[in-house]
Amino acid sequence: MSRPIIEVSNLSKRYRLGSIGATSLREEFTRTWNRLRGVPYPDKTEFWALRDVSFSVQPGAVVGIIGRNGAGKSTLLKILSRITEPTIGSARLRGRVASLLEVGTGFHPELTGRENIYLNGAILGMSRAEVRRKFDEIVAFAEVERFIDTPVKRYSSGMYVRLAFAVAAHLEPEILIIDEVLAVGDAAFQKKCLGRMHTVAEQHGRTVLFVSHNLGAVRSLCTNCLWLESGTLRQQGPTDAVVNDYYKAGSLAPASLNIALEPRLGHHGEQLRITALTLNRNQPILHGEPFSFAIDFEARSACEEVSFGLGLANLDGTRLMSMDSDLTTPRFTLKAGQRGRVECTLDRLLIQPGLYLVDLGARSGDFNGLDYLSGIMRLEVLPGPSTPSTLIRDSGHVRYPGGWSIASA
Amino acid sequence: MPESTPSSGPEIVIEPTRGLAFIRWRDLWAYRDLLWQLVWRDFATRYKQTALGPLWHVLQPLITTGIFTIVFSHVAELSTDGLPASLFYLCGLLAWNYFSQTFTSTSSTLVANANLFGKVYFPRLIVPLSSIISNLVSFVIQFAMFLIVLELYRASHPEATCGLRWSALMLPLVLLQLAAFSLGVGLWLAALTAKFRDFTVVSGFLIQLWMYVTPIIYPLTKVPMQWRIWVAVNPVTVPIEAFRSMLLGTGYLSPNLIAVSLAATLFALVSGVLVFQRVEKNFIDVV
Repeated sequence: MSRPIIEVSNLSKRYRLGSIGATSLREEFTRTWNRLRGVPYPDKTEFWALRDVSFSVQPGAVVGIIGRNGAGKSTLLKILSRITEPTIGSARLRGRVASLLEVGTGFHPELTGRENIYLNGAILGMSRAEVRRKFDEIVAFAEVERFIDTPVKRYSSGMYVRLAFAVAAHLEPEILIIDEVLAVGDAAFQKKCLGRMHTVAEQHGRTVLFVSHNLGAVRSLCTNCLWLESGTLRQQGPTDAVVNDYYKAGSLAPASLNIALEPRLGHHGEQLRITALTLNRNQPILHGEPFSFAIDFEARSACEEVSFGLGLANLDGTRLMSMDSDLTTPRFTLKAGQRGRVECTLDRLLIQPGLYLVDLGARSGDFNGLDYLSGIMRLEVLPGPSTPSTLIRDSGHVRYPGGWSIASA
Repeated sequence: MPESTPSSGPEIVIEPTRGLAFIRWRDLWAYRDLLWQLVWRDFATRYKQTALGPLWHVLQPLITTGIFTIVFSHVAELSTDGLPASLFYLCGLLAWNYFSQTFTSTSSTLVANANLFGKVYFPRLIVPLSSIISNLVSFVIQFAMFLIVLELYRASHPEATCGLRWSALMLPLVLLQLAAFSLGVGLWLAALTAKFRDFTVVSGFLIQLWMYVTPIIYPLTKVPMQWRIWVAVNPVTVPIEAFRSMLLGTGYLSPNLIAVSLAATLFALVSGVLVFQRVEKNFIDVV
């Protein structure tokens, strides 16, 4: 093994909750006065955003940093980007560092695309000569040739983001630190950005630290992964292992939902009421893996020919998938006062990874709605072990495996 | 694309700063292109969407001089050292405006750029250094205007003795002292403002009062002898007097005053840089 390009040891960062936001002189006087009188300084306000984090990265590695919100990912990146200092510990970076915590940092709306390329390039640490050399490449990548001498305040938001990312994408540091910047732009441009990052990492042998909530992106780009939890390093290792453990730890598992008291429309829920929904036995929901859900109900009066159903809709509310019990199972007859649970299992969940809204209902016969709840919760389908590493979701909402054959005509 | 080996780059060590935070000259030098880009940005954007554009640089001191002449010379009848009041004020304002503009932009460095500083690293000192340079643009415009007014005056008053002296060649050095001092005291304010927002109010107030303790609307010769050394502790005093002596031929200077003024400037600059560098490291945590 060669010498690590990044060496982080015992890195810790403390924030004082009370002092987030600049203090006023009066506050400071009060504090000093209290200290002088021997009133103990309220240490309860201390908060360690990062605690004793140590790791090292080999040259050429692409390392993903995962963890829930507030786990310390951003703090770690800020320290490594030299935006703020650690409280304890140290980090050594052996090479030129560029960090991309935001696209378009320092863009000035009044300046033209051309002027902003030079300005933003300089802010990111490029020399003028370097920007000049790559200028045409940047413009072509951003697809803004026609507007290059127009002030960027006249740009569409898509053009703006493309130009901003294009500048950053042409940095040539030995170490590239990237925060969730791919969340911007349209799908086609995201694809281009990820492609560019692949190139940077693989062909040019750069070292990349990549924070993302998009575990699919992490899986496809990163060889290794760091998993932060509550400011400490919980696990590090090959991406697949870490990501799988991350799923298993239930960090992303949905909780069961008590919906007995949710308001209903009209007469829904009067004869039969759905009281709870449990998704996947509280395990993370993975694309391509088995999936189950259970519906708890309470029949307030006798109901005939009952079927239950769950639907997934995209965030616009368009239904993408329905699972109705009477498609495969005879309809149920329920007595007044009967409580129970119906459970449905799928061998493989084939809807693409992403966020969906859950619709839930029960019906008697073909048309008589007994209970219905629309968009009752959000459900996140995560990429599973069999999910292809292509991240682009332009292949429809469901990928259905078919039996394929070929014959010469 | 050129390949580079990881070991070729400089090693960056990130750890908490203990003790004094000195300037990292190498870092500053590496970002010299950014300095010029920021100067260019200020220049290119300052007059967008203004009707009069750079003309403001000329109007502002002319109007101020007009008001001063009426109020302080005609109404209050303050001495102008035997000089025509308008030239006296215009010359003082030439130096004062450069100081106050640089001070004002430097003192808001951290707070005004919080968004930028929160997202990307570069030596923060680049920003105030760039305002020192971009304010030179307005200085040059005002200086040209001053020379025109001076020549017009001399043409219409052939008996006038005021005018440029050879010592005016030293003007860049005086300007350098003004720049150094405004940087130093501006950095102090920037650091204090980052910690206590009270100082955003203070800096506007400070610069107003400061003008009155600086010999702009009165000559230093009107200050009693035993006080003069104290007035020179204000490092803006000597440059103002030097401007008048170089550009108009009157002004009170002595080696003692100059030495005190330079010492105070040096102190403000060094302490300002140290305080600023110290605060800047973790400034983003308290925004």
